Amino acid sequence: MASSRISDAVARVIPRLRQLVAAGRSSQLYRSIFRHEWMDSARNRALEVTSNVFLHLHPISIPRHALKVRYTFCLGGLTFFLFLVETVTGVLLMFYYRPTPEHAYVDMKTLEHAVRFGFTLRNLHRWGAHLMVVLVMLHMLRVFLTGSYRPPREFNWVLGVTLLVLTLLLSFTGYLLPWDQLAFWAVTVGTNMAAATPFIGAEGPFHSFFGATATNDVRFLLLGDMRVGPNALLRFYVMHCVALPLVAGILMTAHFWRVRKDGGISRPL
Amino acid sequence: MMQPSASRATRTSPEALPGTSGDQVAVFPYLVFMEFLAALLISILLLVWALAVDAPLLPEANPGKTENPAKAPWYFVGLQELLVYFDPWIAGVAIPTLIILALMAIPYLDTNRTATGRYTSTERRLEIGHFLFGFALWWVLIAIGQFLRGPNWEFYWPWEDWRIPQSAAEGLWSFPWWLGLPALAAYVAAGVVLPRRRWPWLYAGLGRGRYLIVMTLVLLLYGVPIKMLLRLLLGVKYVLATPWFNV
Repeated sequence: MASSRISDAVARVIPRLRQLVAAGRSSQLYRSIFRHEWMDSARNRALEVTSNVFLHLHPISIPRHALKVRYTFCLGGLTFFLFLVETVTGVLLMFYYRPTPEHAYVDMKTLEHAVRFGFTLRNLHRWGAHLMVVLVMLHMLRVFLTGSYRPPREFNWVLGVTLLVLTLLLSFTGYLLPWDQLAFWAVTVGTNMAAATPFIGAEGPFHSFFGATATNDVRFLLLGDMRVGPNALLRFYVMHCVALPLVAGILMTAHFWRVRKDGGISRPL
Repeated sequence: MMQPSASRATRTSPEALPGTSGDQVAVFPYLVFMEFLAALLISILLLVWALAVDAPLLPEANPGKTENPAKAPWYFVGLQELLVYFDPWIAGVAIPTLIILALMAIPYLDTNRTATGRYTSTERRLEIGHFLFGFALWWVLIAIGQFLRGPNWEFYWPWEDWRIPQSAAEGLWSFPWWLGLPALAAYVAAGVVLPRRRWPWLYAGLGRGRYLIVMTLVLLLYGVPIKMLLRLLLGVKYVLATPWFNV
């Protein structure tokens, strides 16, 4: 019978496979990567976390209530995940984009028409950014509604507000880069507000106090010019791709580290 | 056969599993698995969204051709909407700066310790009420600016045609100083004195310094919709006009 021949073969092969896997798990290679055994034990579960650089920001064990999805709705974690999505898609987009008025828009069109899944890549980056802004605001709402900013977590809330502002600035600096009419005029509107800053904006109240003019005020600092042009595009590009992500990364490190140092996620007292 | 529920519970509940004792559960696999699942679900959502809807790409930037209306990115459109009611230095600089500073100050102003670490609908009513009001106002302003503003930032319902100009002529007037100054002073005085009478425990709990800061911030928060109503209902341009700045 064919079926019995097959089952005989399976019966011979499975123990061999088991041996192979066991040999693999005790090999030098496996043990050099995973510093714990395969067996499901309390010790190995702890080592999974502490011996893995990506997981070790977690504690080994957490109170059961911290697993409740309807408490956090995973909003903070999802915001961080979207930051990672933005980083990966952003790096990929950088391969196709040059931040000069001659090239920027043409590169967008090339991405749309000549790069396979190029526009999907751009959509992921764009919609991911919008989603991240929404999630970071909802995360703040969650932390407020549960009173989780209270001692000893006051300063982590301050860091969180800073990260909210950074998220908005990251999104805003990226808004100019497609160099289309939407980008150009949105950033023109946004940066015109800067000129209205009291004391340091050329059109703000008390602008003559320090002698603020259109060529030395805070809008000029943002744009590198009196209006949105090549310098503004380059400045926004560098802020968007390098400076702001670095600052956000450093503050996120502090934010997550403090969640642990302040006693994990908040719980009823 | 159905297993008796008691024995099923002992077999699958975390107590019986390694790394779990009492109130504590092992992060690996329980939390890590949930994080993975959440990341997976949002990835699917984002991927479907990115495949189904293309991000906008208008014609190339042209400094000579102004977009009308020219809208800020949606998360700043609420501030742009406030330009109707306030001078640019208030709408674009003072208000966002105050929002950021006030948010940062919250943990140092809130002395209440009830209902920490859980949701509540019966406690912390004042804090949650004010916060939700501000949060809702932010989104309402965004919605108006994003969906109900047309050319020249005029108000259009979604079914109205942008090609038909709205009548922009409004008879706007400002409070003279002898009305504006007392009105502002009365607003501040009432806002500082009345809550202390109505809720004495509030003042007792916060102390004088915190109470004054909290009331200032609350008055500023409600000042925004009050100024909007004055403008919409009475056509008031400025409550206080000075040679240096206008409010």
